[in-house]
Amino acid sequence: MRARGASALALLAALWAAPAAAAPDGVIRVGSKSFTESYVLAEAIAQVVEQVGEARAERRVGLGGTGLTQRALESRAIDIYPEYTGTLARVILKDPALDTVEKLRARLEPAGLTVSGSLGFANTYALAVRSEQAERLGLRTIGDLARHPELRAAFSSGFLERDDGWPGLRARYGLGLNRVEVMEHAVTYRAIASGQVDVMDVFSTDGQLERLRLRLLQDDRHFFPDYSAVLLARRDLIARFPRTWNRLREVFEGRLDGARMARLNAMADLDGRPVPEVAAAFLGGGAPTAGGGRWPALLRELAGLTGDHLLLVLISVGAAVMLGVPMGVAAARYRRAGQVELSVIAMLQTVPALALLMFMIPLFGIGKGPALIALSLYALLPIARNTYAGMMAIEPTLLEIAWVLRLGRLRRLLRVELPLSAIAIMAGIKTAVVTTVGTATLAAFIGGGGYGTLIVRGLALDDTVTILAGAAPAALMALAFHALFELLDRAVIPRGLRA
Amino acid sequence: MIALREVTKRFGATVALDSVSLDVPPGSTHVLLGSSGSGKSTVLRLILGLAAPDAGTVAVDGVVVDAHSRDRLVARMGYVVQDGGLYPHLTAVDNVTLAADAQGWSRERIAARVAELAGMAELDAATLGRYPRQLSGGQRQRVGLMRALMLDPPVLLLDEPLGALDPIVRAELQDQLGQLFAALAKTVVLVTHDIREAARLGRTITLMTAGRVVQQGTFADLVDRPADPFVRQFLTAQTLAASAAPAR
Repeated sequence: MRARGASALALLAALWAAPAAAAPDGVIRVGSKSFTESYVLAEAIAQVVEQVGEARAERRVGLGGTGLTQRALESRAIDIYPEYTGTLARVILKDPALDTVEKLRARLEPAGLTVSGSLGFANTYALAVRSEQAERLGLRTIGDLARHPELRAAFSSGFLERDDGWPGLRARYGLGLNRVEVMEHAVTYRAIASGQVDVMDVFSTDGQLERLRLRLLQDDRHFFPDYSAVLLARRDLIARFPRTWNRLREVFEGRLDGARMARLNAMADLDGRPVPEVAAAFLGGGAPTAGGGRWPALLRELAGLTGDHLLLVLISVGAAVMLGVPMGVAAARYRRAGQVELSVIAMLQTVPALALLMFMIPLFGIGKGPALIALSLYALLPIARNTYAGMMAIEPTLLEIAWVLRLGRLRRLLRVELPLSAIAIMAGIKTAVVTTVGTATLAAFIGGGGYGTLIVRGLALDDTVTILAGAAPAALMALAFHALFELLDRAVIPRGLRA
Repeated sequence: MIALREVTKRFGATVALDSVSLDVPPGSTHVLLGSSGSGKSTVLRLILGLAAPDAGTVAVDGVVVDAHSRDRLVARMGYVVQDGGLYPHLTAVDNVTLAADAQGWSRERIAARVAELAGMAELDAATLGRYPRQLSGGQRQRVGLMRALMLDPPVLLLDEPLGALDPIVRAELQDQLGQLFAALAKTVVLVTHDIREAARLGRTITLMTAGRVVQQGTFADLVDRPADPFVRQFLTAQTLAASAAPAR
């Protein structure tokens, strides 16, 4: 049973990994960050790739930040994604003097990367306040904030830390706000609309600005650098798919002004139109092939993500069982080393899941692989610990008798110790499975897929339906797994031990 | 032949055995008698090699029991503990056949031996198919005995084998055990706190208290020629207790 289970898991892993394995020819992997504009542009890129037909497009969207997309591009996990000149110069190349596309391109070339020309709009950072409050307090420029230190600000974590964000801005304008919090954009929009927050950082092409009646404060001291949108790509993409690259430049360069981009963003953010539809609207081709309204599209996507999520959970918990049970056994055999071992696993558990996923990136890149490794590590503790507890709870006489009966180590383990620990081990596996179903939703932040894809996108698009479309099935899956494992108890726990 | 020579065993500050010597000739039944804490179970554990003496030697068939020899020597021993010591997750028959399985016996050979032992222990196939918790205390004890005898070891070590049983079942099993030991001609060491059991089963008896041997001999020796006042005290205390109890 154990051996069969293991080989079935291995087979599953192999089948699943096969299509994702090292860059097959004829594939362009399109990445994006996890905000609306990035999703829309990436989807438009992918649709152009498909129209040209030189390569298949693979979408690896919703990556959790510049560090991630950058790492992904270097490790060939993605080939192209939309980026901004200001970010390229300051965050990636760390040279603010690179203020034109040409200079950037020259600097990127040795690293095997290149950029397109500007898409025609700049999405700069800006500070926004509620229009009525701006009227009331006479706020027009960022400098005006200096007169109102009582205003409550909430900034995204990137903005709060970047030199070209809050620290630099505060110094340039001599600002001193009393309350500055970290908050993700999607949440901040709600908070500012309901008056819980007064000032937030926004992107100037954000679709929400008009709807929420927010006013951008003028940057009259020209602090924010130019954030012109460009396509950042690996140079080998150009070599392999020249027609696609040329077509991308034709379609994108200089074709989007700020107003148009804001409208596209609003279509996704405010009208709740699916991203593929918005991208298609930009490309002028009407709805893409998948058409048929929002719900059918969402359900189709959900079906794929369910398979994804299921495999994330099964493979990572499967690996954790194969690793955790022997580790628990070893801990029970070698007490002192065992305590060290269990402490190390417990320490892993104290690392926040999201942080653990982030740690995987420098080691294993992005995608399902590192997500699986992180999830497996996370599932390890309940399994190893319960195995250890189960083994330690066995009556010593029963183990002595096993020695007198000359069962040998392996037979004693398989026929006596593991069956006697079965209840504890199964309890550990149940805990691991149910928590992994939840934790696996975070895999989406590093391009691992699964239900989290919808949650991340829903958060980015401030779309409750999409968030729930990811969260509700995850909860159902956790329940289903729990029920399944209750049944599995009957198969695994020896009859003589059942009450 | 089992021989202990001036064996001392300590657990921390407690002296479990204090210079104990003992000889059990092949084919005879020897009873270790004493109240709990007298060290009698420790003697069995030393013979099995589950514990090592701090001083003195334990030898089985002339071979000293130590870390090197114990794996080999234990093959000659069967071990029965109170309430059977059965694996709760295995059926009675699976408990019995575990050791033969490990030795790679054929199915036929195992089946034949189980049938033979089941006849001896008076257990039917239906009973042997049950899990330990579905058996009575007496049945569990018989299964434990079957398991110890499965590989037909020349030495049988029993630690309070009937301790968990009610008096009627106990008396019945004592008689059966006595007959069995006689028929099998095994070297038997049996630990008990019950004088009647000792009298009924042991050809020779070692009375122990506080880790020391008080007297060795037949039951008649103990009754007629007590080595010291403790022997008499121990014998009369239990006899009085038994006669004061309601008739069984």
